[in-house]
Amino acid sequence: MESQVSQPGSAAKSLLVDRYATRRAFKDKAAQIGVTVGGTMVFVALLLIFFYLLYVIKPIFDGADIQPVTKVELQHTDSPTLMVGSDEQNEVLFRVANNGQIDFYSSVTNQLISSHTIKIPEGTTVTSSVKSSPNEQRIALGLSSGEVVVVGIDFNVTYPDNQRLITPKVQYLNDKPLLINPNGAVYHLAFDYSDSRMSFVFQDQNGVWNINRQDGEENMMTEEVEWTAYHSAIEEAPSKSLTPLMTPDHRQLILPAANKLYVYDIRDAESVELLQVVDVTRGEATVKQVNLLAGASSILVSYNTGVVSQYFQVNSDNGRLYQHIREFDHLAPIDTMAVEFYRKSFAVLSPEGELTLLYTTSQRELFDEKFDLPNPGLMSFSPRSNALIIEADKKLHLFAVENSHPEVSWSAMWQKVWYEGYPEPQYVWQSTSGSDDFEAKLSLMPLAFGTMKAAFYAMLFAVPLAIAGAIYTAYFMTPKVRNVVKPTIEIMEALPTVILGFLAGLWLAPLIEDHLPGILLLLFLLPTSILVSAFGWSKLPQKWKQRLPETYQELMLIPVIIFVGWLSFAISPTIEVMFFDGNTRQFITNDLGITFDQRNALVVGIAMGFAVIPTIFSIAEDAIFSVPRHLSNGSLALGATNWQTLTRVVLLTASPGIFSAIMMGLGRAVGETMIVLMATGNTAILEWSVFEGMRTLAANIAVEMPESAIGSSHYRVLFLAAFVLFIFTFVFNTIAEVVRQRLRDRYSSL
Amino acid sequence: MGKWFKSGSPWIWMTGGAVSISLIAVLGLLLLIAWRGLSYFWPADVYQWELQDQQGNKSTLIGEIYDREEVPTERLISAGHQFNQHPGEFVTRYLVKTGNREFVGLDFRWILATDIVSRSTPADVAKFERTKNGNFYGYPIAVIEDGQRLALEGGALETSLIEHINRAVDISNEALDLQKSDIGSINYEIERLRLKERKYELENNLTAERKAEIAAGIAKLNQDYLVLEKSLFALRDKAARDSVIIRDMRGEEVTLKLDSILDVNYVNHMSFIGKIGHWFTGLGRFVSHDPREANTEGGVFPAIFGTVFMVMLMAVIVTPFGVVAAIYLHEYAKKGPITKMIRIAVINLAGVPSIVYGVFGLGFFVYMLGGSLDQLFYPEALPAPTFGSPGVIWSALTLAILTLPVVIVSTEEGLSRIPSAVRQGSLALGATKAETLWRIVIPMASPAIMTGLILAVARAAGEVAPLMLVGVVKLAPTLPIDMNFPFVHLERKFMHLGFHIYDVGFQSPNVEAARPLVYATSFLLVSVIVALNLTAISVRNHLREKFRSLEH
Repeated sequence: MESQVSQPGSAAKSLLVDRYATRRAFKDKAAQIGVTVGGTMVFVALLLIFFYLLYVIKPIFDGADIQPVTKVELQHTDSPTLMVGSDEQNEVLFRVANNGQIDFYSSVTNQLISSHTIKIPEGTTVTSSVKSSPNEQRIALGLSSGEVVVVGIDFNVTYPDNQRLITPKVQYLNDKPLLINPNGAVYHLAFDYSDSRMSFVFQDQNGVWNINRQDGEENMMTEEVEWTAYHSAIEEAPSKSLTPLMTPDHRQLILPAANKLYVYDIRDAESVELLQVVDVTRGEATVKQVNLLAGASSILVSYNTGVVSQYFQVNSDNGRLYQHIREFDHLAPIDTMAVEFYRKSFAVLSPEGELTLLYTTSQRELFDEKFDLPNPGLMSFSPRSNALIIEADKKLHLFAVENSHPEVSWSAMWQKVWYEGYPEPQYVWQSTSGSDDFEAKLSLMPLAFGTMKAAFYAMLFAVPLAIAGAIYTAYFMTPKVRNVVKPTIEIMEALPTVILGFLAGLWLAPLIEDHLPGILLLLFLLPTSILVSAFGWSKLPQKWKQRLPETYQELMLIPVIIFVGWLSFAISPTIEVMFFDGNTRQFITNDLGITFDQRNALVVGIAMGFAVIPTIFSIAEDAIFSVPRHLSNGSLALGATNWQTLTRVVLLTASPGIFSAIMMGLGRAVGETMIVLMATGNTAILEWSVFEGMRTLAANIAVEMPESAIGSSHYRVLFLAAFVLFIFTFVFNTIAEVVRQRLRDRYSSL
Repeated sequence: MGKWFKSGSPWIWMTGGAVSISLIAVLGLLLLIAWRGLSYFWPADVYQWELQDQQGNKSTLIGEIYDREEVPTERLISAGHQFNQHPGEFVTRYLVKTGNREFVGLDFRWILATDIVSRSTPADVAKFERTKNGNFYGYPIAVIEDGQRLALEGGALETSLIEHINRAVDISNEALDLQKSDIGSINYEIERLRLKERKYELENNLTAERKAEIAAGIAKLNQDYLVLEKSLFALRDKAARDSVIIRDMRGEEVTLKLDSILDVNYVNHMSFIGKIGHWFTGLGRFVSHDPREANTEGGVFPAIFGTVFMVMLMAVIVTPFGVVAAIYLHEYAKKGPITKMIRIAVINLAGVPSIVYGVFGLGFFVYMLGGSLDQLFYPEALPAPTFGSPGVIWSALTLAILTLPVVIVSTEEGLSRIPSAVRQGSLALGATKAETLWRIVIPMASPAIMTGLILAVARAAGEVAPLMLVGVVKLAPTLPIDMNFPFVHLERKFMHLGFHIYDVGFQSPNVEAARPLVYATSFLLVSVIVALNLTAISVRNHLREKFRSLEH
């Protein structure tokens, strides 16, 4: 096309025209490329949303990763290890020996930083030593003199020259050793230390278990703490026990002995009560170690056969008793176990050095690999749970742990989970709490259920009205009226849902609550009154009928409906007084025993149904209206009535379009946010009741997203909720669109 | 009867009933919002009730009737009410707005019709609008000017009171102006200098010279500030010069400083014309004033401004993309799997729940894009985010994706209505395809593009859920546009009418007091959106007519 434009004759002119033509062609080509790129951008945008959501979600399904970082040669190894650990930055590792020797090593230089021996009075020896729960990093030594020394390990962080410097130190928590057994030495010590209370449990020289409780009270004047001691012997106790455990709230003592756990209530130190003896026998397996999970609500029992069982207290008729909850089997034989500081993860290590990382709530095995760890000793998590410190072969091994989202798993999200303190496995959504050792309950089930429930009630309200309305508008209405009615209903689609939600929550919900009998009455009176007026109309003398314009025939129902509506509400209080003792709400709650929320599914159904009506109406109306006229005309010509033609010909032909309209409506109802946010109580419950609320996926995102931390499991689970919504509506919309395309093709062939 | 049923006629009537119900619902809803929203500005009568409850305690109540309802007597009795004589099956109950929040605790009270001894509309009772603690109702007794009680009575008192209030309001406005513009910009300048210093420091360019320069700049600004602060305090003192003594419903005399009073109205002796004037003033204040008292009083100007600004920004972003995509689909794309996929993508983009866009916008735009921008261009402000936190630009971008399908569908419809003869004619005359598009097709389709744009704007103006994640706040201290360089602040958070409705209606401390304001806001939003939609529909209809005539 370019060269043809040039004319013979003036070469200069042809050159000019040529250049002009080239430029035009170039512009044309550029426009084509630009527009094509721009057009595909839409597709790219959709893909971007899809893949970005996936990109955020993916890490929650990734397992954990553990990598060896360094190892430090231990200096003093003559006494067995009591405890290993590190500071928050994993720069200083420490090992505490049973004799009270504490060594600090730098994981940067692999050198000994400092060494400290816990001071004990002259002439005494250490007869027992014990560590606290991991997050406290404390040690207590029981002495031959019947005294105990409690120390804490602490780290000072300073920034000389803008460089971080971590200095370990050992803190003595009491001014002088505390005498807890005047008659002899202290064996098998267990302790718990808090600001104003200390509890010690130990076995004395005669094998009797004793408890010693020190309660401190601050003197208002001198600000000195005065300690009062309580002491008693624990009866019904086993003579031999593994390391005794005490919950960090001074409430319970657990003595593990020979496949049994003896659980005592030690809230009152002067009358210790045996709460329960838990039988943890598991065939031939022997109990290797008993640990408290973070939060100290659960007991983990590990067996040499490679099984870990979780027990926690569950409410039953006989009070709160420990119950076997779940177990992790098929692990390698277990040598040692470590629990995290705040989360419910724990790690087990086999004698061969196979390291497995697990999480209780989600029942996930996050990591499993064999490392070169000969003769493993103790293992411990670092305070931030991003490292494991393992003692093996006279070395301290530091492993970096990457375990960001252990609490999420497919089963934790979609199946019943038995959470700590719950009487049975349940679906629970409770994503945040004030405490550090909170067990996140991330079941999407109640939310998905709430979404379904809201959509269901909305569709129940919207589908009959919208479809019936579409049938009438498309098939019976005169074009003149149709041109007014259709846009009027369609303009509803543009109405901001925040306004519908506001009206539903603050206007409709109290209205319905006050006029429940009226609403019920309306359900019954509306169809009846329509039928009665229709019948009345058919009996009206022909002369009268002709006076009224045919066009507006059915719209004459409007005043009837308004009147019936007004009547229902007007006589509602009277009915209430006559049948429901003047207060329907109380009647429902007290006499029928049904929970009644003011903002309930009924309100949501009406309000959201209202938002969905225009969507369904518009598409369905189009589908019915575009049924070729010759089909219905043919049917009518063959003698079928209007109604017969409608149901047997028109609706059948248009049914895919109606189906597609319902799909579209459902898609909209599922994703609607503001109405459910404002018109329900947003409680995540699993109840179909029309008088109770729900919490939907969309509303949940709107409520919780602004306050979730970037990159946290909660954040990613909310993205997952969004992704679920995305996929859900994608499927519905695609089905609807494909059906509609087919229908269009069929119409054009008719 | 049976025959009548067989004819199907009752079912036809039923479908007709469905249409009627839908119509009633739509129109009823619009009327409800309009009525409640507009009546908010109408000055209601202030009543004085003499009450005597069933125990014989007498009291006086002054206030506006807010709501009334019929309550079954049974319900009241079961709630613990005692009646000396049975008042019949129902009792009327009034919700009265009593104001005077700091003196009576609750500014709303239910009273039973059975307790009312008498009701009057005293002419000399006045309604005071205040900056704090809501309205005050009572009888003005005297004006105190600079500590001197002015001896005035009746009409003279009223005139003098209004004069003094106007004076105080003018001075307060001046003080507010000073505080917002001059002092605000000094603070802004100081912050900029601080960031500049930090930037030099990060670049290792902070020489002693620069440091001194910045310090001098800050010192100078601080000095200016002190001067302004002094005049601000002087203005405030001046505004607080006068006060008014009012007898309230407890019969006690209360002194109110005039700097806390915005307006006074003797509602009960206002003429009808006066009331209409008051109605328009109220409406004007509503759209032009800032909100007060945690958004439950005052106007919605920042929300209107924020909505309009965000929507305009969005329109600028969405139009080119939408139009180009529509042109591609209609003019360039060949039928094939890719085109089909794009069409499905368009339909799906339209159907994806808006909250999903919000989540995407928060993750992708705010945290990823904004976070990177901050690290590249605003390292001096870190860890405080500049673009890395929700803001108006991210809201506009998010809504642009959300409304893209609207523009595409509408533009494509416009394109398909242009007769192909027009295009072929242009091509036959030697124009390239691009030229045909640019000179012939797009100008002809421009009303359709306009329609799409209007619909997109209407959709965006009403959308709230995604904005809650990507940029809307309850109260934005500054508008996205101000007199401080660079004048347009795209990273700022903004207020939005839709979110305002949600926030005031559901999160405010005093929902009862705020409800009329929510209706008024709703009415504003609904009328804007309905008007936009009607415009779009009429433009489209006009276009259809035009091309229909062109085809023949």
